[in-house]
Amino acid sequence: MSATLPLAKQDTPLQADAPLPKAPRDIAPLLLVPALMLAMLPLIGSFPTWLTLTVAGLAMGMMIFIMASGLTLVFGLMSVLNFGHGAFVSVGAFSATLVLLPMQGWLEMDSLAVNLGVLALAITVAMLVTGLLGWAFERVIIMPVYGQHLKQILITMGGMIVAEQLIHVIWGAETIALPLPTALRGAIFLGDAAIEKYRLVAVVVGLVVFVGMFLTLNRTKIGLLIRAGVENGEMVEALGYRIKRLFVTVFAAGSALAGMGGVLWGLYKETLNAAMGGEIMVMIFIVIIIGGLGSVGGCFIGALLMALVANYAGFLAPKVALVSNIILMIAILLWRPAGLYAKTRG
Amino acid sequence: MLHRLLSADMPRSRLLSAVLLTILLGLALAPFLFSGARPLNTAATICVYIVLVASYDLLLGYTGIVSFAHTMFYGIGAYGIGLGLARVDEASWSAALGGLGIALLVALLLALVVGLFALRVRAIFYAMITLAVASSFAVLASQLSDFTGGEDGITFSVPEVLTPGFTLMENEVFGRSIDGRLLTYYLVFFGSLVLFLFLLRLVNSPFGRVLQAIRENEFRAEALGYRTMVYRIWANCLAALVAALAGALMALWLRYVGPKTSLGFEVMTDILLIVVIGGMGTMYGAVVGATLFIIAQNYLKELMGVASTALEGVPLLAAALHPDRWMLWLGVLFILSIYFFPIGIVGKLRLRSFLARQK
Repeated sequence: MSATLPLAKQDTPLQADAPLPKAPRDIAPLLLVPALMLAMLPLIGSFPTWLTLTVAGLAMGMMIFIMASGLTLVFGLMSVLNFGHGAFVSVGAFSATLVLLPMQGWLEMDSLAVNLGVLALAITVAMLVTGLLGWAFERVIIMPVYGQHLKQILITMGGMIVAEQLIHVIWGAETIALPLPTALRGAIFLGDAAIEKYRLVAVVVGLVVFVGMFLTLNRTKIGLLIRAGVENGEMVEALGYRIKRLFVTVFAAGSALAGMGGVLWGLYKETLNAAMGGEIMVMIFIVIIIGGLGSVGGCFIGALLMALVANYAGFLAPKVALVSNIILMIAILLWRPAGLYAKTRG
Repeated sequence: MLHRLLSADMPRSRLLSAVLLTILLGLALAPFLFSGARPLNTAATICVYIVLVASYDLLLGYTGIVSFAHTMFYGIGAYGIGLGLARVDEASWSAALGGLGIALLVALLLALVVGLFALRVRAIFYAMITLAVASSFAVLASQLSDFTGGEDGITFSVPEVLTPGFTLMENEVFGRSIDGRLLTYYLVFFGSLVLFLFLLRLVNSPFGRVLQAIRENEFRAEALGYRTMVYRIWANCLAALVAALAGALMALWLRYVGPKTSLGFEVMTDILLIVVIGGMGTMYGAVVGATLFIIAQNYLKELMGVASTALEGVPLLAAALHPDRWMLWLGVLFILSIYFFPIGIVGKLRLRSFLARQK
């Protein structure tokens, strides 16, 4: 085509083996989290309080990120917004009780290794259950309505109602208490700052998940295919990859992440009820909107920002904290109307 | 006359006409047909839900907007009446109307802001943003307990004419004393009727046709010269106002407002279920759907209780048929109806008689 056009002035004609121009890096959103932390230090005044609040915020943010990352990936890849994602969070938390309640004795042992082992087992079970459930959910409920947003929203809402009720059927309608493992209770002191042990665990797990996801997406072939699918699904299909299989894999993985997040969140709250997923859904939505719908990095920053803002606001102005999520969302959307790292797709 | 009253949107199905007529007569004569507080309560709830769901259908069924903030507007109307009447020592109409006026203004402003801010974006985005806004609003309402009574909500007294102690006539009419409770019921009934007929008028006007055009193909509607943004914002505001009025009627009937009954997410899922099962994009779907749903909510539970006790030995099935699990079956019905029955009960009835006439 370019041959028929009048020759454009080109100083250096593009050669086949010339390296592609590097995509410009957009680092402004990356600076938001550290900037927020630093800005709050003088406002809060005392360093130990600030440290406690920051760690609490980071822990909460990491957990929300784990729950939200699956949803944003699914949306980015398949353009499916799963309103039932919250149900996976609840199911994950409740599945963990299959391990945590019978092994209560092990949890009460004052040994970090045993406690963490049981916890890891619980998370594995929860991820297996929610992964399988996600697989079934995609096949049965979502597959027939690809491309129809209105029906997707309605049908996934229906899926959430059914899943929530099934939790009641299987585990009963009462709230279940989920005490923390003995070794993870209490706080450690860094100077005057009290930092709860469980929050540190949540931060570590969250970081591991983020780094794992980042490496999978950027350093493996399946990650390459997922990213390519997010950009242009038809092209990936045309190149001979079965995008449908990729869809269901990502969906199951996303659901498993929601289940993992559910276990962490349930232990954080120390009580479980079937509606917990629905409640957290609002936060998850705000996070993925802030992140730019479909971007894992944006979702990570969004989750941290939201949790930090909620924690700082809870300390500085408790009444404002109630709506701090919304204020943050509006502020971000005024700055970047399509979220921090918006995809260019329409 | 009837033609004009229904804005030329006739039921177009004999069975549907019969059903609608039964519902209308049942609701109109409810105080005389049934005795006791519970049936009357059911009837009043049906009236209010018909309006609430119909106003949501204006958004979902006619314009194709998925909003999760509808209960917010419903709650604003309810709290408007509630706060207006709770602030004064002697309940008066001016207090009620004042509260309602402020509530309508707040609803309009919020609808405008949410609409302006979010209606420019895609359906899926709008659904999420409204969900976030509505849930923050619900949190705010339950946390600002000095103002709204918090989780407990507020009970208040209504103007004297509407109190159960008030009697209009000495004699009983058809075995029923004409007391304030009855008057309240008819206020709710006629209020709902007027609002419903207004919505029917709206969707059958040129304005309503444009909304339908936007639902079918927004790009084309824009190309025809309609400013779709303006129409969508209008639809949003009108739906919000009607929802607020429905909330006000409900508050007058219950003499109580609280976050659970007027702002809870359960109310939103109820609305969604009713719209889909009744039939999206048909105002009559709201009537049939709301009636079925509220009756099921009130009476199906008892039936399920019987079934559950009968199946005591079977572990999971007994739990699944527990009266509190009725939403499970409704959820399943909801999913199935989106797949196999997307036009809802009313759509199906109309389609059937249409096909019969074609033969």
